[in-house]
Amino acid sequence: MTRAKPEDDEYWNSSKFKAFTFDDEDDEFSQLKESKRAVNSILVDEDEDEDDVERVSWSGEPVGSISWSVKETASSIRSGSEQSFPKIDTTPSLSKQGSGYSLSSLFKAKSKPVTEAFRKIQATYAPELRKPKSDGKDFVSDLSPEETVRRMQKGRPFSLEKFRSLQDKLLLLDEAVAVYDGNVITAVSQILFRELMARDVALRHYVHYLKEMGEQKLLLMHYKEHLNIKDEGRRRDFLKSCLSLPFSQDDATHVQDHYTLLERQIIIEASDKKADAEIFKKFPRKASILNMPIITTLYYSCFYHYGESEGTFSSPSNIRKTFRISEKQYILTALGARAKLKSWFDVDSLFNTKNWLGYTKKKSPIGFHRVVDILHKNSAPVQVLQEYVNLIDDPDLKLSGALKYKCHDVVINTYRDLKDRQQLIVYREKLERDSPEYRKIQELLNNVQIRWKN
Amino acid sequence: MAHTEWKDAPGLPDFSLLKRLARDQLIFLLEQLPGKKDLFIDADLMSPLDRIANVTILKQHEVDKLYKVELKPIFVLMFTDLVNADKVAGRFRRYKIIFTPQKFYACETVLEEQGVYGDVTTDEWNFYILPLDDDILSLELPEFFRDNFLEGDQRWVTTAGSALRLLQSVYGSFSKVYGIGRCAKMVYESWRELMEDGEQRTRQPEFAKVFLVDRDVDFVTPLCSQVVYEGLVDDLFRIKCGSVEFGPDVTSSDKSIKVMLNSQDKVFSEIRNEHFSNVFGFLSQKAKNLQTAYDKRRGMDIQQMKAFVADELKGLKQEHRLLSLHIGASESMMKKKTKQDFQELLKTEHSLLEGFEIRECITYIEEHINRQVSMIDSLRLLCLLSITENGLLSKDYRSLKAQYLQSYGIEHLLTFANLRQLGLLEEQQAGETLTVMESKVGKLVNDKTVGKLTDAFSSLAKKSNFRALSKRLALVPKSGEEYDLRVPRDMAYVFSGAYIPLSCKLIEQVLERDGWTGMEEVTRMLNGQEFAVTARSKTDAQRIVLVMFLGGCTFSEISALRFLGKERGTYYVKQME
Repeated sequence: MTRAKPEDDEYWNSSKFKAFTFDDEDDEFSQLKESKRAVNSILVDEDEDEDDVERVSWSGEPVGSISWSVKETASSIRSGSEQSFPKIDTTPSLSKQGSGYSLSSLFKAKSKPVTEAFRKIQATYAPELRKPKSDGKDFVSDLSPEETVRRMQKGRPFSLEKFRSLQDKLLLLDEAVAVYDGNVITAVSQILFRELMARDVALRHYVHYLKEMGEQKLLLMHYKEHLNIKDEGRRRDFLKSCLSLPFSQDDATHVQDHYTLLERQIIIEASDKKADAEIFKKFPRKASILNMPIITTLYYSCFYHYGESEGTFSSPSNIRKTFRISEKQYILTALGARAKLKSWFDVDSLFNTKNWLGYTKKKSPIGFHRVVDILHKNSAPVQVLQEYVNLIDDPDLKLSGALKYKCHDVVINTYRDLKDRQQLIVYREKLERDSPEYRKIQELLNNVQIRWKN
Repeated sequence: MAHTEWKDAPGLPDFSLLKRLARDQLIFLLEQLPGKKDLFIDADLMSPLDRIANVTILKQHEVDKLYKVELKPIFVLMFTDLVNADKVAGRFRRYKIIFTPQKFYACETVLEEQGVYGDVTTDEWNFYILPLDDDILSLELPEFFRDNFLEGDQRWVTTAGSALRLLQSVYGSFSKVYGIGRCAKMVYESWRELMEDGEQRTRQPEFAKVFLVDRDVDFVTPLCSQVVYEGLVDDLFRIKCGSVEFGPDVTSSDKSIKVMLNSQDKVFSEIRNEHFSNVFGFLSQKAKNLQTAYDKRRGMDIQQMKAFVADELKGLKQEHRLLSLHIGASESMMKKKTKQDFQELLKTEHSLLEGFEIRECITYIEEHINRQVSMIDSLRLLCLLSITENGLLSKDYRSLKAQYLQSYGIEHLLTFANLRQLGLLEEQQAGETLTVMESKVGKLVNDKTVGKLTDAFSSLAKKSNFRALSKRLALVPKSGEEYDLRVPRDMAYVFSGAYIPLSCKLIEQVLERDGWTGMEEVTRMLNGQEFAVTARSKTDAQRIVLVMFLGGCTFSEISALRFLGKERGTYYVKQME
C-alpha cells in the first residue's frame, strides 16, 4: 500500500479529513414554517418555538455514575456458580465447518485482490505474535490452550511462546475456533502461518489448496481491481490481461465483453469528443460514454449514431451484434432513444413489417402497452399515442391506456364496439362541448342503427 | 400506537440507561488523557455518538477540535502518519486510540508493523448497544451481515454475546433462550461462557425471554417491498440510526431536514405500523382534528386565551409541524411509487411468494432489467425468484445474469458471485437429484435416520425450501380471500395480507409451544441449528421477549412483532445492524 506521507498540517485540510463540528440543528424546524397545504389552511401565528422534537433528550440529564458502580459491583458479587443455563449441544460437524472456513477465509483476506492476499501472507508470518503484556509473563507461559484462549478473550495477559510444536499450535487453534471468537481465531492463526512458511513444501501445498478452493472468487477479486484504475487506457490493458485467466466459461464471456466494450468506448469517445455533426450541437453530450454499461452504450449509439452502417464501431447494429443483444432489448433501447429525439418516423419503422402482399403491419416483441408507456413518457403527441394504443391486444389494457392518455377516438370506438351507450354518455360529459369528439359521440348516440346493450 | 394497549402489560425497562452507561464510560476514557485534546472520529460512529453525547459534554472534558475520518480502512494508518509527522516536526503529543465496541488483536498487529506500537496507547469503549426507541435496541454494526454470512468472519459473535451480558447485568436475567441458526448458537455459547466466568452471578429478577435468529434463516422477508409506513420510509429515504433525512420534495422548502423517527413523534408513532393505504385517511382526519382544536380560540376571552396559549398551543404547534412533515413524506412516496409501476412490482412479488405464474414473473423481471430501472429492485426480484424457487433453472440464470450485466455494468460479476455464495441467487444444480434420493431412502428407514440423512444432504445442497415451509407454516393465505387492511387479522397485514414474515411466524410458533417440539419438519427444512434452553426458572410469566436478529431486520418485521405483542402481551424487538 502506498500512501502519501503528510508533510505538514495542510494534510488535515485535504478532502479526506475535514474538520467537523456537531450539527447545530436548532433552527431546522423553523425552516418548515410553511407546512403542506392540507395543514396549511389552519391559521396560526407563527412565533418562534424553542422546543425541538428532533433532538435527542440528553440535555440536562445529570451525569450519573451508574456505569462504574455497575461494573464495580459486577466483579465483586461473585456468588456460587450455579449453572442456570445448560451448554447446548453443538454438533461436531459444526465446529469442523467453522475451523475449515475460518482458515481459508483468512487467506481470502477480506476482499483484497490476489496479489494483496499473498503479500499479506508474507507480511503476517514474519513478526512475532503480540508480545504478552509485561506483567505475569512467566506465569502465563504455563497455561493450557484452553486457559490461554480464555485469557485472550478477556484481554488478559497471555503468551503463545509455549505453543511451539505444530500439534500444540493446532490444539490452540481448535480451542480458539471452539469458542467462536473471531478475534482470537485471527490472532492464533498467525502463528500457524509462521509454521507454514518454515515448511516450504507444506506452504506450497496449502497455497495450492487455497487456489483451488477459492479460485473463482479470487479470480473475480483480481478482475475487480480494474475499478481502481482511473486511466481508461490502462484499465483496458488490465482487462485484456484478465482474458487469459481461467474464469468459468460463463464468466469468461462477460470479461471478454467488458474488454471489448471499453476498447470500443475509447474509440467512440475519441471521435465524438471532437465531432461537429448537427446532432451533437443540438443535444450536447452531458457525459463521456466511457465505463457505461452495454445498454447505455447502445442507447447512446441509437441517439447519436442511428443509421450508421454496421461497419462502424459506433453503429447500433454493430453494438447489437457484438454483444448479442436480444431483439426485445434492442427495440426497447432504440425506442427510448428515438422517442427522446421525437423521431416518430424512426419509431414507426422499428415496428413496421411488410407481409407478402406488401401491406405494412406493426409487430412488437414487447407489449404495445409498454410501448405506449415509453412514448408517453417522452411526450409523444396524441396522434402517435393513439396509433399505438390501438395496437394493444388486451381490450382492458387498451381501454385503460386510451383513458389515461386521452385518446378519445379509441375510447369512443371501444365503447361503440361494446355497444355501451351509458359509458358513452358519461364520457361525453367529460369532453368539451362542440369539440370533434363530442360531436362524434353525439352522432353515434343519434344513430338508430346501433343496437345498444343499455 | 402500542402504548395504550400495553398498559396492562408490564412496562418496558428504561433503556435510556444504556445511553448513560456508554456516555459515562466515554467520559471516563476521555479523562484518562487529561488536558486539551483533539478527537478524530470514524464517520460510521458519528450518528451513534450523537445519540449519547453532544459537543458540550465533549468540551467539558477538554476536547478541543473534532475531526471526522471518512475512510475506515486507513484509520490506523492515518494515525501512524500523524504520529510520524509529529516526530519529524519535533512536536510532542500523546496519542490514544479508542476502539469500539471492542479492540481486535489485528489492530495492534498493524500498529506494531507500522512501528508506532509504543507511541500509541489503546483502549476499548464497550459501547455495545444503542437504544433507538422504547422498544428497539441496536448494535449499530452494519458490517455484521457481510462479515458473518459472506466472509465467514466470526469476530462479532463475542460482541453480540457481550451485548446480551450487558443487558442482563443492567436489567435482570433471562428466563429462557430460544434460537435458530449457526450464528445464534455461537452467540448463545459465547454469552453463556461470559456468564459462567462469574463476573455477574446475582440473583436478579428475571426480565425477559430471548429469541436469537440468524438473518439467513429467513431471506425472503427482507427481499419483499415494504408497505407499512415506517418500512416505506426506510425503503425510500433510508432510516439510519433512528433518524431520516427528508429532502426538499418532502419539506416543500429548498432545504433537507433530519428528523428523529421514534415514539416521541406522536404523529409518527400512530402511523408507523400502519399499512400505507390507511395512512392518508388517518392524516387527513388528524388535520381536521387539529383545525377543530385551533378553532377553539374563537370567542375566547383574555383569560381563556392565556390558558390556551400556556397549555395547548405548544402541543398543537408541534403536532402541526409533524403532521405537515408526514403528509409531505406520504405525498413524495405516492409520487415515487406510482412512477415505478409499484403495483406491478407488488403483483410480481406476490406471485413469487404464492408460486403462481412464474413464467410471467420472469418476463416481468427481464423487462425490468431491460428498461434499466432500479438496479436494486431488479436484484431483489432476482433473489426472491431464486429463494422461492430453490434456485433458477440454468438457462434462466445465465440469460438473466447476462442481461443484468448488460444493463447495469459487467463489474457486477462479483455481486453475482457473492450472492451465490450467500445462497441468495443460485443456479439449480444437479443436486436436485438428491431430493429424489432422499425421499426414496427415507421410506426405508425410521424418522430419526431420515433427519440425519436430510442434514447430510442439505449440507451438500443448502436449499431454501420456501414452498414447503410456506405450506407448512401457512405463510401465504389462500388467494381470493378478502383481507381488510384496516382491521388486520394476522401479521400478514405488513405485506398487504399476502405473506406472513417467516421469521416472525417462527418466533410466534416457538413462543406458543415454549420450544421447538412439533416443529421438527420445519427446523429440518431450515437446516436445523435450533435450540431452546431454560433457566431453573420459578416463574414462566415473562411477557417481555427480546428478539435478536443476527444480521439485521426490517421495519416490516418490527411492525409484525408489535402486532403480535399487542395480541399476546409485550414483545420487545432488538435490531442488529
